[in-house]
Amino acid sequence: MKFLDYAPAPESQALLNLKSDYGLFINGEFTAGRGTPFQTINPATEQQIAMIATANETDVDDAVVAARHAYDGVWSRLSGSDRGKYLFRIARLVQERARELAVAETLDNGKPIKETRDVDIPLVAAWFFYYAGWADKLDHAGVGPNPASLGVAAQVIPWNFPLMMLAWKIAPALAAGNTVVLKPAETTSLTALLFAEILQQADLPAGVVNIITGDGSSGQALVNHAGVNKVAFTGSTSVGRAIARSVAGTDKRLSLELGGKGANIVFDDAPIDQAVEGIVRGIFFNQGHVCCAGSRLLVQESIHDDVIDRLKRRMQTLRLGDPLDKNTDIGAINSSEQLARIRELSELGQQEGAERWSADCVIPENGFWFAPTIFTNVTTSHRISRDEIFGPVLSVLTFRTPAEAVAKANNTPYGLSAGIWSDKGSRILAVADKLRAGVIWANTFNQFDPSSPFGGYKESGYGREGGRHGLAAYLKPAVRTGSRSIAAADHGASPVTKKSASASKKSASAEKAAK
Amino acid sequence: MNRLAIPKTYKLYIGGKFPRSESGRVYEVLSHKGDFLANAAKGSRKDARDAVVAARSALSGWAGATAYNRGQVLYRIAELLEGRRAQFVDEIVSSEGVTTAVANAQVDEAIDRWVWYAGWADKYVQVAGNANPVSGPFFNLSVPEPTGVVAIIAPQGSESLLGLVSAIAPALVAGNTVVVVANENAPLSAISLGEVLATSDVPGGVVNVVTGSPAEIAPWLASHADVNALDLVGAGDLDWVELQISAADTLKRVLPPESGADAAAPALQRILAFTELKTVWHTKAIL
Repeated sequence: MKFLDYAPAPESQALLNLKSDYGLFINGEFTAGRGTPFQTINPATEQQIAMIATANETDVDDAVVAARHAYDGVWSRLSGSDRGKYLFRIARLVQERARELAVAETLDNGKPIKETRDVDIPLVAAWFFYYAGWADKLDHAGVGPNPASLGVAAQVIPWNFPLMMLAWKIAPALAAGNTVVLKPAETTSLTALLFAEILQQADLPAGVVNIITGDGSSGQALVNHAGVNKVAFTGSTSVGRAIARSVAGTDKRLSLELGGKGANIVFDDAPIDQAVEGIVRGIFFNQGHVCCAGSRLLVQESIHDDVIDRLKRRMQTLRLGDPLDKNTDIGAINSSEQLARIRELSELGQQEGAERWSADCVIPENGFWFAPTIFTNVTTSHRISRDEIFGPVLSVLTFRTPAEAVAKANNTPYGLSAGIWSDKGSRILAVADKLRAGVIWANTFNQFDPSSPFGGYKESGYGREGGRHGLAAYLKPAVRTGSRSIAAADHGASPVTKKSASASKKSASAEKAAK
Repeated sequence: MNRLAIPKTYKLYIGGKFPRSESGRVYEVLSHKGDFLANAAKGSRKDARDAVVAARSALSGWAGATAYNRGQVLYRIAELLEGRRAQFVDEIVSSEGVTTAVANAQVDEAIDRWVWYAGWADKYVQVAGNANPVSGPFFNLSVPEPTGVVAIIAPQGSESLLGLVSAIAPALVAGNTVVVVANENAPLSAISLGEVLATSDVPGGVVNVVTGSPAEIAPWLASHADVNALDLVGAGDLDWVELQISAADTLKRVLPPESGADAAAPALQRILAFTELKTVWHTKAIL
C-alpha cells in the first residue's frame, strides 16, 4: 500500500438474507414461473447470487388478471387517503431496510455501495413518500377535477437503477389509483423481489403490485397484453420504438423514457474545478449507465487544454474495484453484453480518429470492468458522439460561441438532458432556453428529485416521471359532458380507440347517407 | 344584364405563399348538389415535404415570439375572420349544403375558438408549468415548450371551417408550426382561411395548408423525420393505425382520431399535447 492509498473498507453482507430461488410475485404471493429459471450474477465476481423465475405468457396473463381483480375489487374503491397510507408505509419500510436494499442492489447491479446507499435507495424512499401525499389530492394533478385512474399499468424497467426505476414507476401509478404489473430487467431482478417482501410487510392488498421476471420476451408479452391500460417503459430507444408500434391503434396510454446523448457545456467563465467535478459526475456516475449521462463534453475552445488536464488529473484519483467497498467510485459494468458494446464503440472511436485516454487503474481479474475513458478530437460525425454508449466513456468536442455550443448540443435525435457550466446567470438562462432537452442542469449534473419532472424531447421519448406531471401520466380527465362550444371547454377531449373509431366510421357514413 | 362573376383560383398555402401543386394536379370540388365549385390543387408528396420545410424554417421565429405577441396574432385571425365572414358563409353554404343560419353559427364558433385559444397563449405556461421544491440548494423550474412541427389531418366531417380551426389553433398557441391536410371534400374554407392567415400577421410558414387526398399525403407526413408530432383527429376513415405505427419510428407525439361534432373540442389538453416539459435545475450559491 502506498501513501494515500485506502485500506479496503467493504460493506458487510451479513444483513442480507437472500433466498437461493426467487419466484414471481403474483396476487400477493411468490409462485414458481412456468418458464426456465435463470441465474442472476454479481457482475463484479461473476458468481451466482440466486436463481430467478421466468414468466411465460400464462404467468403474464395471471399477473394482469390479478392486477385487474385488485383494481376492480379493492384499489379503485379505496379512498385516496388510504392509498396514500399504504405508500407512506412502503416509504418507511424502505427506509428501515435501506442498508439491506443498498447491499443487495450493489451485489446484483455492480454499482458502488456509495451510490446505492446515498442515492438510489434514499430516492426510492423519497419517491414513495412524495407520491403518498398526492394520493388524496388528485384534483390538483393538472388534469381537471375528479380525474380517473387508468386501470392496470404494465411497467418495464431497465437495469441501471433497478429499485429506483421501480419506485419511479410504482409510486405514481398507485397514488393515482392504478394497479401494476412490473417487469424488472433480466440482470437486475433481485431488489424488486425484496421489494415484494416489503409489500407483504406493508400488507398491501394482494394483486395491487405484481412483479414478473424474465427476459425481453416476458416484457413483450406484458406490454402486448390486451388487459393493460397503460404502458410505461424505460430503456433503449429501439425497444421504445417497438413498443410505440405495438400499442398503436389501442387505447393504451404510453410513457417512454428512452436513450440520450446529453451535452455538458462548459463555458470559459465556468468555475473550472466545479465543472470538472460535474463532468465526472455526469459521465462516470453509475459507470456511465445513465440515460441522461453527460456523454458529450462541449468545452469552449479557449479553456479546452486546461479543462482536459484537470479532468485527467481528477480521473486518476477515481477508484475502480469492489463495488461493496465504501471507497469505490467506479463499480462493475452490469453485464458482459454491455461491456462488449462499450468496447466495440470505444474501438470504433479510435478507428475513426479520436484520441483515446483512459485512467490508469487496476482491472480486477473476474467480473466486467471498463476504465474511465475520454476521447478528445471528436467531431460531430463520429459514432462516439452520436450513439449512446451507456458506459464510462466521454466524448470531448469544442466550440467557440454560445450559438455553436447550442447548435452542437442540439445536433442529435435525442433530447433528454444537458448541462451548462457558467458563472453568468443571463447566459445560463439564454442557453437553457435554446437547448432541446427535457432536463437541464446549470452548474450541477445528474440531480434527481421526486418533485422534479424527468423525461425527454424528440427520440428520448415522451411523458414525464416525477412531480405533478409524473402523476398526471397515470390519470385521465373526468368524462366530458355538455356542449362542444368554447363555453364548455374543459380539460379533456375523449380520443377514440380503434374500436370506437370503426363505430365512428359507421356514423360518419350514416351522416353522408343522410345528406 | 348581370355582371359576370370572377371565380377564385384555389391553391395551396405554403410558406406564406399560394403555389399550385408542383404536380400540376387538381381535383374538382363539388357542391352538395354535385355542381362544380372549383378546381382545388391536389397536393403531392413533394408539396407536403415543401410544407414541412416551410414549417421548420418558421419554427424558431414563431416559438421564439413572446407569448403576448402570439396571443395578439391569434386574436388578429379572429378579427379578420369576422371581417370576411360573408365569404366563409357562402363557401360553407355551397359546399356543405346547410342553411345560412347554420353556416353563420359555424363561423361564429370558429371565430370564438380563435379568441379562446388566443387567450391561452400567455397563460398555459403558468397553468402547466411548475416550481419544484427539490431537496437541495437548487432553483428548479418546469416549463412547457412547443414540440416543433405538427402535421395535422383536419377533421373530414361536415363542418369544414370549424374542424380546421379546432385542430390548428391549439397547436399554434404554444409556438408549434403546422402542416395541415384540409378537408378533402370541402377544402374551400381551408384555402380561404389561408388568405386570412396571410393577412393576420401570422408569419409565413407557421401554418401550411395542403389540399388533396389525406389518404395519399398522410403517410408521407407520418414517416417524415422532420415532423415532431402528428394529430390524426381527422384520420378516422384512413388506415390511421398504420400511420401511428409509421410515426413510432421517429417517436412522434400522436393524437388519435376523434369523431362527431365534439371532435377537437376546445381544451387545454389539446394545447399541452404538443408541448414538451423542460425542467431546469439552477444551482444556488452558498452565502
